[in-house]
Amino acid sequence: MADLSLAPAAQSVSAARKQGRRWHKATPILFLLPPLLLYAMWVIGPMFYSVWMSFTNADGISRQDFVGLANYRRLFNDDIFWTSFFNNIRWLVAFITIPIVTGLGLALLLNNDLPGTRFFKAGFFSPMVVSSVVIGIVWSWMYQPYGLINEVLAWLGRDGMPIGFLADPDIVTWAIIAAGLWRQVGYVMLLYLAGLNNVDQTLVEASRVDGASTFRSFRDIVLPQLQPITVIIVVISIIDALRSFDLVNIMTRGGPYNQSNVLAQFMYIEAFNNYNMGYGAAIATILALISMVFIFTYLRRMVKTEIDY
Amino acid sequence: MGATTTAYESRRQVDGVDRYRKKRNWRPLRIALFYAIVIPFLLIWLVPIFMTLVTAVRSLDDITMNGPFSWPSEIHLDNFAEAWDTGGLRQYMINSFIVTIPALAICLSLSSLAGFALARFRFRGNLVIYFTFVGGSLLPFQILMLPVYRLANTLNLYDTYWALIIFHGAFQIGFCTFVLRNFIKTIPGEIFDAARIDGASEFRIYRQHVLPLILPALAALSTLQFTWIFNDYLWALILVQRDSLKPVTTGLASLRGEFIQAYNIQFAGTLIAVIPTVILFVFLQRYFIQGLTMGSGK
Repeated sequence: MADLSLAPAAQSVSAARKQGRRWHKATPILFLLPPLLLYAMWVIGPMFYSVWMSFTNADGISRQDFVGLANYRRLFNDDIFWTSFFNNIRWLVAFITIPIVTGLGLALLLNNDLPGTRFFKAGFFSPMVVSSVVIGIVWSWMYQPYGLINEVLAWLGRDGMPIGFLADPDIVTWAIIAAGLWRQVGYVMLLYLAGLNNVDQTLVEASRVDGASTFRSFRDIVLPQLQPITVIIVVISIIDALRSFDLVNIMTRGGPYNQSNVLAQFMYIEAFNNYNMGYGAAIATILALISMVFIFTYLRRMVKTEIDY
Repeated sequence: MGATTTAYESRRQVDGVDRYRKKRNWRPLRIALFYAIVIPFLLIWLVPIFMTLVTAVRSLDDITMNGPFSWPSEIHLDNFAEAWDTGGLRQYMINSFIVTIPALAICLSLSSLAGFALARFRFRGNLVIYFTFVGGSLLPFQILMLPVYRLANTLNLYDTYWALIIFHGAFQIGFCTFVLRNFIKTIPGEIFDAARIDGASEFRIYRQHVLPLILPALAALSTLQFTWIFNDYLWALILVQRDSLKPVTTGLASLRGEFIQAYNIQFAGTLIAVIPTVILFVFLQRYFIQGLTMGSGK
């Protein structure tokens, strides 16, 4: 820059402008380069590498050879895969129904400024702050044969053998999901509270003045305005349900006999316990493909708002 | 939508009619009903937490004799000492901080650069890069696990703090860039134009004008990211093996194996483990919630 001052005036101006423009073009690249490199190296690159690995027989020891679709063929004939897949569907269905109904209910109930409301909100939200390991340990204990839940049921008058929540194949997945829901409800409540904050109160009041009942003004005025946040909540819940791993890993490790397995835990066992890395990568790829359907739905909505700008 | 809310708020302040109406709507009966519904529901909701608190101070004999559903016969605070010393929780806690704080610094500094570039410059590929960051942050972790494990091995980072620090730092860039980019978009452009006319370089604009303005967003992201990284279990399982390096999540899992029937020690351990994030939440609740709602996309 300094030597420019010695150059003839006209030339220096255009040179400086040109250089400035070039700089201006280079700046975003300079700003983006460090984060993008790190992200490409640890997130985007690995994603593609996993897909490649799913077409190989990688086991971490012997040579890694291309085996085509062999892993996928094996996968679709593997009963554990289907058990895990349908358990993921259970997680998904539970996650898009119960937290949305309960969370919206709580948000509507707590959307006021009565004394104590702030504390109640924090109370319902508090499981979200705690790590899933802690939740897994505490809920496993509550589910024990002589644990809290069985004791309460007995106290309420239930007779017979205690329920083996984490041992009974018909119950175990739902038992783990319940622990997951305990965590998710507060989160959804919070998102709905934010959504209710954006509801246009003048419209609600206008409808009340026109004689609409509380229920009708809720159904016809408030609910439609909550539609965008609901779509986001549904997508986030689906993605969370497909990510479920921690609780399964801590509470049952997928047992008994894989009855509570989910794709994420199945993949972890195959890849890191049985060293079937190619096979594990195939499970991961299928899981990611399912997730991507929803990730793209989410991104498509965002693209629309970007173009609206 | 934000604009209508603020317009409404200001109108409410001007004529004060709504305040009156709102109060009149809350008749005593409705208020009583509200508390009658919320308080019992909340108490049931928090039963797991109460039970953890109670069990953590009981002795093992007391639990076996009286069952899980009774008051402690006497208070045993030595359960905490046992978890802390014998259970190894002290080292696990230290490890968690050693991992979380640098990872937080990496992800926030780099994503604020990226967020600034994506919000303030028009160039080809801007939206593609932006959506790459957002999409990546939503991926299921399993699709990254094997390659990240291999990469950490290749770079000799496996079974060191650095593996966790760098991976968390890198992965969380996605979410943070998403939030910060949208936050910077809301800053009026005149501020940058004025600085540019004054001859400030882009980096100086970033440092002197952008960083101070995005402090609230950085605070919100810090509380949220601290909690997420601190509570991570999966990556600690994959990237760290040595017991002396385990963060508190996988550490608790080993403690549980060690004290397999001693629920009092396990629970004392879980209570110690949640202290940092609970303190953060209690004192910075507002930022925590802002971070989550910002992250849900406007």
